[in-house]
Amino acid sequence: MRETSHFVHKYLRSSKRFPHIWCAGCGIGIFMQALIRVIDRLGYSKDAVVMVSGIGCSSRLPVYVDFNTLHATHGRALTFATGVKLANPDLKVITIMGDGDAVSIGGNHLIHAARRNVEIASFIVNNHVYGMTGGQSSPTTAYGTKTTSAPYGNLEAAFDISGLVEAAGAAFVGRTTVYHTPLMERLVEKSLTKKGFSMVEVLAQCVTYSGRWLGLNSPVEMMAWQRDNSVTVEKAQDLTPDELAGKIVIGVLADRERPSYEDEYAKLTAEKLKV
Amino acid sequence: MKKERQEERPSQVLLQGNEACVKGALLAGCRFYAGYPITPATEVTEVMAKDMPGTGGAFIQMEDEIASMGAVIGASLAGVKSMTATSGPGFSLMQEHIGYACMAEGPCVIVDVMRAGPSTGLPTQPSQGDVMQARWGTHGDHSIVVLCPSSVYEFFDLTIQAFNLSERYRTPVILLADEIVGHMREGVVLPSAKDIELENRPRPTVPPEWHIPYGDPGTGVPPMPAFGDGYRYHVTGLHHDVRGYPTTRKDEVEALMRRLFSKISNDLDRLQWFDSYYTEDAVMTVIAYGCVARAGMQAVREARAKGLKVGLVKLQVLWPFMRRTITTILDSSEKVLVPEMNVGHISREVKRVNRGNCDVLTLNKIDGTPITPGEILETLEEAYP
Repeated sequence: MRETSHFVHKYLRSSKRFPHIWCAGCGIGIFMQALIRVIDRLGYSKDAVVMVSGIGCSSRLPVYVDFNTLHATHGRALTFATGVKLANPDLKVITIMGDGDAVSIGGNHLIHAARRNVEIASFIVNNHVYGMTGGQSSPTTAYGTKTTSAPYGNLEAAFDISGLVEAAGAAFVGRTTVYHTPLMERLVEKSLTKKGFSMVEVLAQCVTYSGRWLGLNSPVEMMAWQRDNSVTVEKAQDLTPDELAGKIVIGVLADRERPSYEDEYAKLTAEKLKV
Repeated sequence: MKKERQEERPSQVLLQGNEACVKGALLAGCRFYAGYPITPATEVTEVMAKDMPGTGGAFIQMEDEIASMGAVIGASLAGVKSMTATSGPGFSLMQEHIGYACMAEGPCVIVDVMRAGPSTGLPTQPSQGDVMQARWGTHGDHSIVVLCPSSVYEFFDLTIQAFNLSERYRTPVILLADEIVGHMREGVVLPSAKDIELENRPRPTVPPEWHIPYGDPGTGVPPMPAFGDGYRYHVTGLHHDVRGYPTTRKDEVEALMRRLFSKISNDLDRLQWFDSYYTEDAVMTVIAYGCVARAGMQAVREARAKGLKVGLVKLQVLWPFMRRTITTILDSSEKVLVPEMNVGHISREVKRVNRGNCDVLTLNKIDGTPITPGEILETLEEAYP
């Protein structure tokens, strides 16, 4: 525990008026600590890290941490991050988004960031619900689930965030739950050190809203659900589609080498400046 | 002898308005451009794509105008002078982030080459229908600076000034050109880089632990470090305290709002930019801007040839409204005519500041064709006192 409080004091902002906005039992804090641990382990200078977020519960994360932080607009974190990275490629640019944020209002930016491959380490905290506004359906809410905007059950199919980003061409894609903390840290580290665009989907519990509708009444129950419904990528290979139905496949989903936009652009600039 | 004279004369180049805008931007130190194709502003993006790599700056074509504007603000926060260009429909999409740039005080330049709207409207025909959108397009109370060129050279020059003002006040500056000014070609003599005065955003002069990111140093404009400079701070579109952290405390909200307005309104004397022609003895004055000012000039010349004492005032700053300048004109003229290619965006403001001693006449055209010198002359002759 001593080690934990050491991290807290090193990376949380002492000048910020706490408390934070997250509910008791929320999964976002678990992810935040994993992120901070990995950044510390990698030895990044706090001055060189830029953390950009959209709007939503998870997007409040940058308010609390002592980096260059940019709390942007709903769904648009990746656009701001693209500008920061291209203006100063030496900076380590990280984005924190939620599921409604990144996949609904920001869906276009997400697929184009993955296609364009600007080096941004992006994290999508997926709690399957709009938490901040009071539990409405998000694009990752499962079919049939009741929410405050689908009181008779959700009529839409859910988006597979990782599948979407992988198909759009991201250099690295991973999925974890906040229950699987060692895996989460491994994926965060791979993402931060990856050349090009990377995305890690972090499934986190929203006890206050999605938990209520799912009939899971405590963070412990929700994290037990994460544990019991997850299978690793390796194990998933041996399962039939029927056996995989309703399961969360966790691990490294895509890891490939692609030239990043800024590297390609740097080549072009070097050529032009030589002439 | 003849040869010598040729060498003395700076060389004239034939430029399109949109090209001149890019030349101005690059001379002003713009080193980041994000854009999305849209008629009649596309040439700005195309020429930027061609010329930016040679400056060492970055160019990117984004997925839409919302994204362009987000990238522009991100680059600005990373310490680089940044710009985007668009037209009506794209300008509508950018409003969300123009508000963000106002609130977070990210200096940047937005070029809107106006075409006729509303909606998709008339993509290749001119209009001045975005004057009010430039002022109030983004939600919430805010201040804004809007400049308006009426010639290719002015497009070049005002682009430089747009960067200067955005850096001086840490605010988005909108350059409201129109399809005619954007697409026409004129011979212009461009000044050399050393003759251009540039302003840069104030930078902190104190160590990071003493720097208060959104404190008022007296000018209303807080010094602005770049991301990576060692001054780690928080940027948000939420109302924030002087440290940048979200707040709902009414004393902090009020102080922020007042400062955001006053940093520009306290400096109005420096923002009275206009050209006047034949106004010394004018009993009737044409107040115009953009492409309409060109027709106004021709109309005034022809009216003078007919012996009418008329003058022209060409506005270069549209917002904040040049109340002092306009009041002076209203006091010295018996009548003013405000011809506009909209239903009366600026004439409405002129009427607002008129104290009843002047007749304010309007001439509005909203059919996608330019107002001609003949139409202005006809109105002048009919209404001449």
